[in-house]
Amino acid sequence: MVEFFTTTNLGIVLMVLGQCLLVLIPLLVALAFLMYADRKVWAAVQMRKGPNVVGVFGLLQSFADFIKYIVKEVVVPAGADKGVFFLAPMISFVMAVIAWAVIPFNEGWVLSDINVAILYVFAISSLEVYGVIMGGWASNSKYPFLGSLRSAAQMISYEVSIGLIIIGVIISTGSMNFGAIVAAQDTGYGILGWYWLPHFPMLFLFFISALAETNRPPFDLPEAESELVAGYQVEYSSTPFLLFMIGELMAVVLMCALVSLMFLGGWLSPIPGLPDGVLWMILKMGLCFFMFAMVKAITPRYRYDQLMRLGWKVFLPMSLAWVVLVSFLAKFEILGGFWARYAIGA
Amino acid sequence: MTVAAFTFYAFAVTTITGGLMTVLSRNPVHSVLWLILAFLSSAGLFVLLGAEFVAMLLIIVYVGAVAVLFLFVVMMLDVDFASLKAEMTKYMPLGLLIGVIILMQLALAFGVWGYDEAAQARVAAPTGDFPNTGALGLLLYDKYILLFQLAGLILLVAMIGAIVLTLRHRIDIKRQNIVAQMMRDPAKAMELKDVKPGQGL
Repeated sequence: MVEFFTTTNLGIVLMVLGQCLLVLIPLLVALAFLMYADRKVWAAVQMRKGPNVVGVFGLLQSFADFIKYIVKEVVVPAGADKGVFFLAPMISFVMAVIAWAVIPFNEGWVLSDINVAILYVFAISSLEVYGVIMGGWASNSKYPFLGSLRSAAQMISYEVSIGLIIIGVIISTGSMNFGAIVAAQDTGYGILGWYWLPHFPMLFLFFISALAETNRPPFDLPEAESELVAGYQVEYSSTPFLLFMIGELMAVVLMCALVSLMFLGGWLSPIPGLPDGVLWMILKMGLCFFMFAMVKAITPRYRYDQLMRLGWKVFLPMSLAWVVLVSFLAKFEILGGFWARYAIGA
Repeated sequence: MTVAAFTFYAFAVTTITGGLMTVLSRNPVHSVLWLILAFLSSAGLFVLLGAEFVAMLLIIVYVGAVAVLFLFVVMMLDVDFASLKAEMTKYMPLGLLIGVIILMQLALAFGVWGYDEAAQARVAAPTGDFPNTGALGLLLYDKYILLFQLAGLILLVAMIGAIVLTLRHRIDIKRQNIVAQMMRDPAKAMELKDVKPGQGL
């Protein structure tokens, strides 16, 4: 039986499919509750009750929403480019899902343990912009088109600084594999060994860039309802809209996973002595998501010129300077290889 | 057929289909989208060759940045491409002729092509277990650092040239003074209220 799954072609394909489902299904279920958590946090900050009708404490609200979305009618605007119109939400959803192929949840718990894992995630997240542009263009309508143009410019701008911040982490680790990145943070000092300390300012820059990259408030200009109704999503209804929404939220959770892996030690335990494990990873992702939800609740939306200025004139120079600085610190092993984990073999 | 062979044929067919449809599709936006598909599947071919770094770079640079700009430009152009395409039949024979000539040249070149022994020896050996990101890094930043820096310098000059050519200061528009906005005193601009839960203002 084991031989069938490891040697024959059909066995290997079935095995990989099974593993994919093993990641995807818990992820989608978790997403339903994260959406609920997001709304509850938002409501709590605004002193509302939030969803509280469906199920105990409204826990099943997302599932009710899900059913509502899929049984509604799909409306296609007149003059829309039908093929591209339906391709856009699918791309948005698929791109958000396939990035999870390289995200480890525990030592070795990863679908595809490739050398260029972090580059792969970066490449996939740079493709997410296509869902937005295509959706906006194919709708054949003014608001979606303006929204999609805004969004494309925004996502490309912040990708640059995200890429530079990632380079800093890669320099410290000497590898682009997530397993190696987490292993490099395992110095035996628990929370003090993680990259948030040596890369301190970059943790915040990355978090803010992630907000902009995933079109979350305060950078949700592509769907700013006061200016653009709902941006590129205006003409979408029913399941296509649901795909857009899931894709967006999953990109947010992906960013949470990236922050946890790159700066917060992934599955490592914060206190030396406690066992490492998948629970820590989930806890850290949850913490990051809570931060995402809080930012949404407490910050007002940026103006578009402020957003562009922040990306190009503040974040880009800072992260570029940081790359040069980290290269220097790692090369000369300042502070006993604090920035050069590959050198001290941690 | 092994899984690798199957994926190779799948990627190869998609690349060629993407390339063909780029030329053939009527709508320019569709053309760019097909081009993106061709890029993506050729990245898949690179992965099959074991050049995962080049594959990721192809996606990030070409699909993530260059093709987005293409798409931007094409979407906003208001050109009647149908009339342009109509003239295609006029030039079709000439185009086909050029295509056939290039194909024959390639066939002649690679059919009789032989490598000199010395040249063969200089072909870089596969890196084996060593990740090819590291191998590329050593080549670019250690062995060919001067050439690499020169290439960078040329690009920098080109960039400065482009900026200088397009830079113009317009004085007739209203600009945001970001520094003045940031220096405003919050105490003068807004009033903070401490709200008790459940009561509201």
